[in-house]
Amino acid sequence: MQPQDRERPAGGLTRRRFLQAGVAGATGLALSGVGGWLKQALAQLPPGSYNPQLQLSFPVEPGASLRILRWSQFVSTDQPTYERMAQDFTRRTGVPVRLEYEAWPDVQPKAAAAANVGAGPDIVLGFFDEPHLWPDKLVPVTDLADYLGRKYGGWFPVAPQYGHSAQMGEWIAVPIGAPGSCLNYRMSWVKEAGFDPDPAKFPKTTDEFLRLCRSLKSRGHPTGFALGKAVGDANSWCHWLLWTFGAHAVGPDNTTITLNAPETVNALEYGRQLFETMIPGVAGWLDPNNNRAFLAGEVALTNNGISIYFAAKNDFPEVAADMNHAVYPQGPAGRPTELHSFSQAYIFKYTRYPNAAKEFLRFMMEDPQYPRWINAMLGYVSHPLRAFTNLAVWRSDPKAVPFRDAVARMLPHSYQGTPGPKSARALSEFVIVDMVADALTGRRSVRDAILAAEARLKRIYEG
Amino acid sequence: MPSVQVTTAARVVRPAGLVGRVLENHHALGVMMVTPALLILAIFLAYPFGLGVWLSFTNATIGQAGRFVGLGNFRYLLGDSVFRVVVLNTTLYAAAAVVCKLVLGFLLALLVNREFRGKRIVRAIMLLPWIVPTSLSALVFYWIYDPTFSIITWALRRIGLLHGFINYLGDPNLARASLIAANIWRGIPFFAIGLLAGLQTVSPTLYEAAAIDGAGPWQKFWFVTWPVLLPLTVVVTVFSTIMTVGDFQLIWIITHGGPANATHLFGTLAYQRAIQGGFIGEGAAISAFVLPVLVGAVMVSFHYLRRE
Repeated sequence: MQPQDRERPAGGLTRRRFLQAGVAGATGLALSGVGGWLKQALAQLPPGSYNPQLQLSFPVEPGASLRILRWSQFVSTDQPTYERMAQDFTRRTGVPVRLEYEAWPDVQPKAAAAANVGAGPDIVLGFFDEPHLWPDKLVPVTDLADYLGRKYGGWFPVAPQYGHSAQMGEWIAVPIGAPGSCLNYRMSWVKEAGFDPDPAKFPKTTDEFLRLCRSLKSRGHPTGFALGKAVGDANSWCHWLLWTFGAHAVGPDNTTITLNAPETVNALEYGRQLFETMIPGVAGWLDPNNNRAFLAGEVALTNNGISIYFAAKNDFPEVAADMNHAVYPQGPAGRPTELHSFSQAYIFKYTRYPNAAKEFLRFMMEDPQYPRWINAMLGYVSHPLRAFTNLAVWRSDPKAVPFRDAVARMLPHSYQGTPGPKSARALSEFVIVDMVADALTGRRSVRDAILAAEARLKRIYEG
Repeated sequence: MPSVQVTTAARVVRPAGLVGRVLENHHALGVMMVTPALLILAIFLAYPFGLGVWLSFTNATIGQAGRFVGLGNFRYLLGDSVFRVVVLNTTLYAAAAVVCKLVLGFLLALLVNREFRGKRIVRAIMLLPWIVPTSLSALVFYWIYDPTFSIITWALRRIGLLHGFINYLGDPNLARASLIAANIWRGIPFFAIGLLAGLQTVSPTLYEAAAIDGAGPWQKFWFVTWPVLLPLTVVVTVFSTIMTVGDFQLIWIITHGGPANATHLFGTLAYQRAIQGGFIGEGAAISAFVLPVLVGAVMVSFHYLRRE
């Protein structure tokens, strides 16, 4: 059985002490290291299998109340659903919950202030490296992460890379999911360009993809990929470009800068060819530009979350009918190498109610709450737990399906290193995006662009 | 000698207690009166300022207090190509924008200082760019400079002067020029209103005297208006320079410092490194770099204010 969007009688889930029922029970949770746990869990359970018999609840402190800071909604159905779920939690546990919202790039500054001052929200739903910027200030959540992984068929590989801290030897955050980024294209123009508009038959390799882009451009339908400081769009496609040619910024030791390699040259040379198919002006594009250019029919192909599609459904039905989504093609790396904005929840140690906070996160991540929330977000957020692959939202609209496995296909932005202050800095300074932009626009030669980015990364990682 | 006795008695009747003595003392009373203001200044200005300067000498990151690293951050920044671009950008941005704002603001002030119908309304409208919240006007400029949908491009194409598109924010130099233009638009009213107020204090008798001496309009401006307005002009210019060097909103909303760091100013780079990147020490050092410049500007304006 898979958890879906059906309702379930409310009473059974909470207030039970950890019943380790079922086959998978006793041994795994005793393991301390997450690596050991993962191996164990994968050995014992078929991936994706749902184990509803597993139960866990944390004893809530008397008189507890919670303050939660999270990113504000991408779709108008998100916050109301989340708030209803929080009210459910309050009804069951008696713990009042206060929700505060910030636009997603502004969560980190707020959380940083809280971390520095030692006061503020008990729980934060943030992005990327945030928990790894202040790992010692967070409540370990290994027990919760282990439980969720075991119950819901295991985490996708990227989840422990973001949620687990090697420095602390614990999970320090609970992965929530990622607003996925896919290729958005106009079906009629792709067809006109001589390609099959079916997402399943969309170009799978970088070579074929380039042929498509060139064909589109020659028919007066350019592509458009952001190369300005577009936190979401530029980062996601520039990292894909780098990784899919087998290149990476840093080695697994988190110190050796591996950018200056033939693979990077290949990626940028390919990018230059792709750039010739783009509409003028992409070098200045921030996140909103491609949405508007696509909706206005100025570009036939771009990369974006599902937001263009929803804007189109509301205001440009003819565009919505003619557009579709596809996953990024693969280059020499021969596997998916995507980057999506990964979100996770973490609990600050200064909270007076760590158990209530953990219980809240457990409640929100469980069936039926989490499925209800993800369904309400209409495909904006892709789930990090394997068992949630079969949610109603992924079956309701075929055009949303490419977003479903975004988390399964992604690498952490720190690849090949691990998330932490240094990768946070490299990301916030747009080192990779700037390198790609420099090389593609011809501001610098490919070689000089790589050398400049390498120097920057060396300062960040070694300095 | 009765009068002497009375005086003595009066002194005896009012023995000076400690409080009374302190209150009688002009120095002590002065200190007491000033203390609340000093406290406010200390808590809300001196402490954050001192903390900022201190942080610039540490390797503090978010969540870690860091330790003293001397001039390490400053040395690092001097060798950092992005920072050098920022110094160049800020100099260019401030110089170009302030000069244009001064010239245009002065012209506007002279224009609206004349007598004409509806002059009050015109003066009020003139203030609009200054009154509109910068974040809003920045968003408008963001769309004005959109590479595909720019209204300027649209208009030029419509009247046939242009066939392609203008890459306002994608080309480094064009992006700098676009931001300077937006800053000028926003800053002109500050000069215009300041200088207009100055113009209105110029006594008409001076112009009459000049007219009797046979001065033409240019001579009236050069020998009467300009000398009288000079100190005010200097002060307004210094203030505007400080605000322009410290600009953040326009840059952050329109380009985020892009393309490829070509439009970062001190403020945006400090924010990106300290708050987004987490390197508070380095961010503080970036801010501290502007300090000598701004202190110099303030000294100049004080000098002129005293002469006033």
